Amino acid sequence: MTLDRRSFLKATALPCAGGLVPLLNASAGEDDARFTVEAKFYEKLPYKKIRCKLCPRECVIDDRERGYCGARENRAGTYYSLVHSRIVTAHIDPVEKKPFFHYYPGSMALSVATAGCNVNCKMCQNWEISQVRPEQVRASYLPPKHLAEMARQYGCPSLAYTYSEPVIFYEYVVDAADAGHAAGIRSAVVTGGYIQQEPLQRLCRHVDAIKVDLKAFSEKYYREIVNGELKPVLDALVTMRKQGMWSEIVYLAIPTLNDSDQEFRTLARWVKAELGLDVPLHFSRFHPDYLLKNLPPTPINTLERAKAIADSEGLHYVYVGNVPGHPAENTYCPKCHRVVVERVGFTVKNIRLRKGKCPDCQQEIAGVWSA
Amino acid sequence: MDHQAGTSRRHLLKACLAAPWRAGALETRSKVVIARDPLIQASANSLDSARLLKTLDRALQSFYGCDSAIEGWKRVVRPGEVVGLKVNCLAGRGNSTRVQLVEAICERLQQAGIPQNNIVIWDRLNRDLESAGFRPGWRGTRCLGNDTSGYEDELSIYGNAGSLLSKTLTRVCDAVINLPVLKDHGIVGVTMALKNMFGAIHNPNKYHVNIGDPYVADVYMLPPIRQKVRLHICDATAAQYEGGPSYMPQWTWPFNGLLVAGDPVALDYTGWQIIEQKRFEKGMKTLKELRREPAYIATAANSQHRLGTNDPRRIERVEI
Repeated sequence: MTLDRRSFLKATALPCAGGLVPLLNASAGEDDARFTVEAKFYEKLPYKKIRCKLCPRECVIDDRERGYCGARENRAGTYYSLVHSRIVTAHIDPVEKKPFFHYYPGSMALSVATAGCNVNCKMCQNWEISQVRPEQVRASYLPPKHLAEMARQYGCPSLAYTYSEPVIFYEYVVDAADAGHAAGIRSAVVTGGYIQQEPLQRLCRHVDAIKVDLKAFSEKYYREIVNGELKPVLDALVTMRKQGMWSEIVYLAIPTLNDSDQEFRTLARWVKAELGLDVPLHFSRFHPDYLLKNLPPTPINTLERAKAIADSEGLHYVYVGNVPGHPAENTYCPKCHRVVVERVGFTVKNIRLRKGKCPDCQQEIAGVWSA
Repeated sequence: MDHQAGTSRRHLLKACLAAPWRAGALETRSKVVIARDPLIQASANSLDSARLLKTLDRALQSFYGCDSAIEGWKRVVRPGEVVGLKVNCLAGRGNSTRVQLVEAICERLQQAGIPQNNIVIWDRLNRDLESAGFRPGWRGTRCLGNDTSGYEDELSIYGNAGSLLSKTLTRVCDAVINLPVLKDHGIVGVTMALKNMFGAIHNPNKYHVNIGDPYVADVYMLPPIRQKVRLHICDATAAQYEGGPSYMPQWTWPFNGLLVAGDPVALDYTGWQIIEQKRFEKGMKTLKELRREPAYIATAANSQHRLGTNDPRRIERVEI
């Protein structure tokens, strides 16, 4: 018998998650008060309607209806998150898988997700959890203190909120990050960055690092492929920078859709001008999935072309992602160009940094390092 | 270019293959029967079941041009089939598909050879069904929320829509009778026949953007929906011209009727005009002025979808 990719993932992912946390049935606890907390950001409107103020979409939602994310519901004029502590998957991953390359390289993160997302990317690799409602997928009850304790037990110095979209489980992220800090565990967020300014600024006070999936550098792409908007994501990146949040950017290059020289160059110039030369930029390889199965995987030379353009604009840390063994997985010193962190895939083979500096030329390497 | 929305090779072939019979279908007019009875409301909150049944019978006879309603129903269903009644229960008791209408349809379906337990009253959530009065085992039928039956594992895709379909639609029902409510919708303009099929998918929250266009039309294109829905009976005993889809009594009026059609686009277009007329009478802005004109109706009629007609010259509006 052969298994296709999806069947394999289904067969393996849940038992893996279940190994960490027992999963409930799909519809169990649909109205369970344990998962339901009042949303932090919304505005009450006449006739029991509400306007969500968490993401830039600003859904106006009738009584008994949900927002675009599917994870928040208006109940008689009060808006609720339905996914607090409602974990659909939990894994222990290297931080390189997020990817964070300049944030405690070689360390592990207890990585969790809830159901739902505030965009609908046609290439989503995790649509079976991101594009469903909470009651449509098996989940576990994992309150913040238990999550932090679990991370400590498994020797994970970080929690990671990832796989789906942490913005839509914002209240849980904040509570879990606080519980984590109380237990000496850091928090890293992997997000599309489609969030309003006020919740973002408050989030930055609770978490330690944010990786943003910058999906393209055109509003057209965001409108047609992502079902979102580019500008709020760019604004979010600038805010993170201003708040001193350690941030990295991933750009998933998709053949014919966002892989032109011009787009790569515009992106690189914007990063240089608005965020500086030290923000890591990962050009990552696309694989066909979900609603974009009619395009081939990204040719490796496309990623190399993107890196060359970003390098030529002067960015210090430009990577090629999803191509295990590629030399552009390594971190090079921007001054002497020697390898300072050597990687193969998600595995860190050698960290040569000394107190965050290149051992050869003493150049400071931007990032959050333990060595 | 949007690869999903553009004309792919498969879509082109489909359109070409479908064109001959569809073109023929478009030459004929789409009939929309509007059957009304001013005494259908027994009181402010209840319907006269006998009068409602008679109104339903008149509508079916007129729609099929036959001497008895049963004769009409026998054209809709075949004995022994499992028939789904896709109700719309989001608004609870206030403005959902009325229990009395479903009772009347069940009575006639049984007379047409469908046993009680082959009738499935169906919507998105059990709680919505129950709040509208359809509890498990109601009148010997099956009441089935998608949260009980579940969804298919594989995506169904058309255009910009990619969804998991309810197993009630794909596995339980042989045929579906669509029972929407005539009402305004605060995001997509109006909600009737086409939009009611959002209750067949797992991710309706994703498809209200851009006033539901083209999503409402794209969802209806998913093959099990197109193939299984045989008739639309829109509950317009009480209709709502503002504030939907939630029940807002201040904007609800007794239309005292039913709209019956085989063409969901023609029905939606006709219903939309009824709502606009009421808004005009009340001195309210048009949906276009409010930037929520239901453009998805025109999209459903275009050459890529061909789900019916929104051309008033091709709609035979029969008022009885």
